[in-house]
Amino acid sequence: MNYLELLKLFAPETIVVVTALVVLAVDLTSMRELETRLRFSIGGMIASVGCAAAILGILVIPERANTVGGMMAVSPLTQHVKICLLALTVFTVLISIEAKFTSHVGEYLGLILLATVGMMFLVSAQDVLMVFVSLELTSLSLYTLTAFNKRNIKSAEAALKYFLFGGMAAAFMLFGLSLIYGLTGSTNLHAIATALAGKGLDPLLVVAIVMTVIGFGFKVAAVPFHLWAPDAYEGAPTPSAAFIASGSKLASFFIFAKIMMIGFAGAEGSAAFRSFVAGWTPVIAAVAALSMILGNLAAIVQRSVKRLLAYSAIAHAGYMLLGLMANSSEIYLSLIYYATTYGLATIGAFGVVALVENSMGDDKLSSFVGFSKRAPVAAFAMMIFLLSLAGIPPLAGFFGKFFLFAAVLKPGASSLGLLWLVVLAIATSAVSFYYYLKVLKQIYVVNGTDRKDATNVSWFAQVVLLVMAILVILLGCFPNLLVGGLQACLASSG
Amino acid sequence: MLAWTVYISFFGVLVLMLLPKGNASAARKVAMATAAAGLFVALAGFIQFKAGEILTVAKMPWIPSLGLEFHLAADGISLTLVLLTGLAAVGGILFSWNIEHRTKEFFAFYLALIGGVYGVFLSFDLFLLFVFYEIAIVPKYFIIAIWGSTRKEYGAMKLAIYSFVGSAMVLIGLIAAYVVSGGHTMNLLELAKYPFPHSFQLWAFPVVFVGFAILAGLWPFHTWAPTGHVAAPTAASMLLAGVVMKLGAYGCLRVAMTLFPEGLEAWKMWIAVLAVIGIVYGALVALVQKDFKFVIGYSSVSHMGFVMLGLVTLNTIGLSGAVLQMFSHGIIAGLLFAVVGRMVYERTHTRELATLEGMNLVKAMPFAVVTFVIAGCASMGLPGFSGFIAELQVIIGAWQAFPTLAVITGVGIVIGVAYTLLVMQKAFFGETQSKVGYAHDEEHEPSPISIPERLGAVMLIAVSLVVGLYPRILLDLIIPSFNSHLFDWVKKGGQP
Repeated sequence: MNYLELLKLFAPETIVVVTALVVLAVDLTSMRELETRLRFSIGGMIASVGCAAAILGILVIPERANTVGGMMAVSPLTQHVKICLLALTVFTVLISIEAKFTSHVGEYLGLILLATVGMMFLVSAQDVLMVFVSLELTSLSLYTLTAFNKRNIKSAEAALKYFLFGGMAAAFMLFGLSLIYGLTGSTNLHAIATALAGKGLDPLLVVAIVMTVIGFGFKVAAVPFHLWAPDAYEGAPTPSAAFIASGSKLASFFIFAKIMMIGFAGAEGSAAFRSFVAGWTPVIAAVAALSMILGNLAAIVQRSVKRLLAYSAIAHAGYMLLGLMANSSEIYLSLIYYATTYGLATIGAFGVVALVENSMGDDKLSSFVGFSKRAPVAAFAMMIFLLSLAGIPPLAGFFGKFFLFAAVLKPGASSLGLLWLVVLAIATSAVSFYYYLKVLKQIYVVNGTDRKDATNVSWFAQVVLLVMAILVILLGCFPNLLVGGLQACLASSG
Repeated sequence: MLAWTVYISFFGVLVLMLLPKGNASAARKVAMATAAAGLFVALAGFIQFKAGEILTVAKMPWIPSLGLEFHLAADGISLTLVLLTGLAAVGGILFSWNIEHRTKEFFAFYLALIGGVYGVFLSFDLFLLFVFYEIAIVPKYFIIAIWGSTRKEYGAMKLAIYSFVGSAMVLIGLIAAYVVSGGHTMNLLELAKYPFPHSFQLWAFPVVFVGFAILAGLWPFHTWAPTGHVAAPTAASMLLAGVVMKLGAYGCLRVAMTLFPEGLEAWKMWIAVLAVIGIVYGALVALVQKDFKFVIGYSSVSHMGFVMLGLVTLNTIGLSGAVLQMFSHGIIAGLLFAVVGRMVYERTHTRELATLEGMNLVKAMPFAVVTFVIAGCASMGLPGFSGFIAELQVIIGAWQAFPTLAVITGVGIVIGVAYTLLVMQKAFFGETQSKVGYAHDEEHEPSPISIPERLGAVMLIAVSLVVGLYPRILLDLIIPSFNSHLFDWVKKGGQP
């Protein structure tokens, strides 16, 4: 395969890389003198246009190929995920425009775009080496994004924590992957699966599986590998936190599912109630159960809304891990739908938090008092986002949960072995309703001192949030908008 | 055509959200127009309806890959409750005409709640039913927490959490039923034919039934009801008691009992016992309350006990009595809450029976007193009102199914008479004349009962009388519904 073809296949990624460079260059050469707000607007517009062009590129050139000796794959399914990723990136960029925490606009937006490129490659990766490289590209960009608020010492602390934990996780993952290479002599997922087939659970394989799960557990912030998340979310600039919680989750979960299902096919075992069989599903089941319980319970006592969203992110990671248990191609459908809609609602919620932070100075629950009077549109959007996260129909979050749970229970199967996990998930989501409602109570119910002076919510931010809220409602009322497309992809992928 | 009840309500929400700020009277008018249009559609559907049919009003694929449909339909039972919703919605708006605080938002939440309720009663796809069921939860919280009184945030949160836990249980059952039946459809008419394994029904039935019964106020899951009712503003109490508790009972009948008849057979005795405990316990507790609204709140628990008891008799007379009792209690409880919350509390600013006793309200607000006496009589089950027919049917049904429990239920009725008379006498016909008596206090002369209040009261009383004097108007709709294949289990079981 020549380079021209390769470039054509990965045109969307190329467009995003070029956009990142353009944003950097424009900011460096011609915008130094302008005020930050204007620079953010111009830079954000360039970045959004770049992402839109990349989406267009994906739509225009529907390709399907296995390239670079099987290292990368492009299929309708991966293209679909990339579109979702790019859309999440655009929204992250749009909520960053109001940001006041930095004057290094070009670098900030450039890093967001580079992280996106990493995620896009991650989605296409078919080879554990490629997976690792893309994952590191994403992670390194995210560490820097976390540290971006140089005026705030907490931001630096958060970034260092995130970095140390992340580095550790990468080491675990590499160790696991190297064991797999030792066992199978290959780094290609399909080749690994072929080599492992029929071998049973080698003790070395067990170690490899556990190490890989630990590595990914860190990346997606699942209990007990979640310790960095609350601090990182709280300390990071709010748009960065939104990005960590949304796009990177979608990409990580997609590749996580791919490695588990393709690479470790045949070593699943079973997590069915009272008939556990050793394999990777029981491991994931345990991690998922712990994440759902701890994430939801810890969120109840938080005073900072960003921390609350961090714990809720941990809980949602638990739900998404549940999706891996289904272990059939159905899960891509439910997992992508869940991760995308979750990402959308999370970015929106963080966007509202950013607005409150801008006007009130912090993200304490008490800062949200009377927000519905100060910014009715943003408050309404927040209600939609939080209720969607809580899983209230007809919002997107509910359908995500329903798809996921139905897929986990495997329609048609005679036994309901995984029902215990679904029951746990639904029970903990009832808990989550309480703390989301607590935030909404501050916004809508509590009468505080009227601080009209503190209001300064631009129309632009309100429009962006409203658009996202309407998307959440639309995706909820007509899930087929996303599911229909995904299903066509799955059908054509075979 | 009936589907428009749902669409109109949500359209009303949208219009209200787009109204300019601070225009309270426009918001009221929009809300009233919306609710009236809903009632009109319900009435039109009621008139056109042919007894015994299952009328499909909207059916289109929604999420084809999972076999979920947007399927609205009505049989006599749904239609009765849709009609009740229309009446309660209009009544609630008439009795909250005086809301000045954040009027627009109030009515927006109110109409969203109404839309959800219509949707539940009309859904014949269980997934859709659940969607509407949850849509109805969220607005309740905000209505109570923002516009309520006494411990409103506590009452609202308790209500929201109870409802959500209930719906979580329902969701578990529904997903399990969906998966066990093969994951092709959530259509009620299809699933009702599916023979679920006996062992599955044994656990799925109580999970789903209790999930719904929490909202129906089944003892011992009723504790949200009195606190919620007391904390809620008048319109919300009317809707809670009038309609929302019926959602629970309707869910029990339409989902749990229809899908899992074998589970029902195994558990019915337990439910009947809980229902009767609820009847007697609710009445006894109402007897000793000091707060006027708590009396009505506990009386609701007691009356909903009749509904639950009627449901598990598993014979046509008991079941149709239960449905009629849902309708009747919706009207009467709405009326009682309107008198207590709107007519009395907003003028006297107290609900303490001891204080009210000294106010000699019979002279100060005769209209309220007359309304309450009529509503009280209806609530006691005096012949001529809808409550009498309904409770009579339930007891006859119970007599065939559980003779002992029927006797205890009779005791409950007697206590019901006692607390109603007692509260009537204390609140309105107090002997003692104290200084705070409104009749003698020129400065605090209560504002006269307004026209919307009169209209609402007359409407609800008239409905209760019409149904009481000529119950066939509803029973002719309800009873044939039990002949459809959805209710095959009624024919099979039921007789002891």
